[in-house]
Amino acid sequence: MSSPATIDVIVTHVVNVNSLIKRFHFARLDGQPLPAFSGGAHIIVEMQDGENRRRTPYSLMSSPLDTDDYQISVRRDDQGRGGSLYMHQQVKTGMQMRIGYPTNLFSLDKRAPKHLMFAGGIGITPFLAQIKQLIATNGNFELHYSVRNQELGAYINELAQTIGNRLHTYYDDKEQRIAFDTLLSTQPAGTHVYVCGPTPMIEHVLKRTAALGWPKVHVHYEHFAKALPGEPFTVQLQASNKTVEVGENESMLEAMEAAGVDAPYLCRGGACGQCETNVIEHNGTLLHEDHWLDENERVSGKKIMPCVSRFCGTQLVLDR
Amino acid sequence: MSQPDDSAILSRPRYGTLSPIEASFHLFCADDEGGQAIVELAQDVPANFFDSAEIIYVNSQPALNSKTLAALEQLNCPRMYTGPTIHAALPRLSTSISRMRMNSQIYISGSESMLGLATMTAMQANIDHQALQTEHRGSLARRVQCVHCKGITEQVTTQPASCEHCGLLLLVRDHYSRRAAAFQGVNINAEDPSEIPAKEEVFT
Ligand code: FES
Repeated sequence: MSSPATIDVIVTHVVNVNSLIKRFHFARLDGQPLPAFSGGAHIIVEMQDGENRRRTPYSLMSSPLDTDDYQISVRRDDQGRGGSLYMHQQVKTGMQMRIGYPTNLFSLDKRAPKHLMFAGGIGITPFLAQIKQLIATNGNFELHYSVRNQELGAYINELAQTIGNRLHTYYDDKEQRIAFDTLLSTQPAGTHVYVCGPTPMIEHVLKRTAALGWPKVHVHYEHFAKALPGEPFTVQLQASNKTVEVGENESMLEAMEAAGVDAPYLCRGGACGQCETNVIEHNGTLLHEDHWLDENERVSGKKIMPCVSRFCGTQLVLDR
Repeated sequence: MSQPDDSAILSRPRYGTLSPIEASFHLFCADDEGGQAIVELAQDVPANFFDSAEIIYVNSQPALNSKTLAALEQLNCPRMYTGPTIHAALPRLSTSISRMRMNSQIYISGSESMLGLATMTAMQANIDHQALQTEHRGSLARRVQCVHCKGITEQVTTQPASCEHCGLLLLVRDHYSRRAAAFQGVNINAEDPSEIPAKEEVFT
């Protein structure tokens, strides 16, 4: 049931988008078309970094109509576990890599007469694919894109050319802010809203849509948590009868996989619920980093999401 | 003759209890006893709640609904419509939804037909059916779509029921079409039309 199938690909281009972002293009190694996907889908990219095998989700930004060329954009994160640094420093044109099948946890509601999109920073990537899809199907949309400054505003020029006045850009360094309340109070019946960006932006949109009275089912968000580095710890896997060390720069899920345990996952970003695991016993603190478990489940200490969460203590026993 | 077990059919709509949700505008649509659900909700809302609200009320039995109507009028909604039938009220509902901004809540209460037809109307205006609050009050009479001729028969209270359009005797199932706002009716005596099971009043 668990780990989804993978595809062998070759890196066909690596493009410097700006000082923090690189774009990677993939084609299938065997020359066949890649699987079709819909705007908002992500893929898991496998990175064999020495001993470590990392698997990280990235949104597909290329056109869903093009199955010869998958594109992702990776923002360098110097504080992270090293996945983005690996992509930036090690991955070169011509290299062979492995990716997962596309999964969509952020799809467009195709019945919507209007799509209102809020993007922050690198959160623009799923919208790039969705917009290509909407242009092809004559969909009605409006994109509000907030970036730190002109230099870091990835793909603004390209967007300005293709979507013209449906693009609204906001620069932090010029004190420009998206007028969320005004926008959220003036949308015609049937509109769906989508947000992808930094955590505070997503939380703000969720809070304001709720306070203003938007029906939840008309609000969509892509909120991937990052597996953060942390203190090493040990986890006992009861069903597999294994004890696994989780290193500083590895996620619990990656450590389980390295030990040969076939654990379920889909998003690897604490958003889909697929990796939810029962905690049988522990004597420390569960460090929840996901967006899946609710407050009661967290307090109960009975569940954990190994794709992003960690542990601090001497004994953790999981039902896996 | 064994009847299909409909207990596991997921399409049979489930209704809840109306409760006020924070929003910039509230749109209510009710028929007959359904008006009472609005009156009860009104007992526990913030001041000025009904200042930005609209009520569409179908009063098909004025003699029975006079108290409810009076209570609804006392809410002093800036916009209130009353009409004699659901079908007369639907165009009004449709217009109100299309004028509405998305920071609004829709509440529907009343008979099975009211809930079904108002949901259908909202869906036609591209509102997701899960965005609606619904509460059942009053009649369980069903709108039934004959799966053979596709005709819809209103106010069906019996099992089985006759299709008004093609005359077939129909088993009324829990299988529901939101798009048609109707339960599905399947011919019950196809093998032997001379076998005519007695009709029982079940949807009242
Ligand atoms: S894999 Fe999706 S929540 Fe962990």
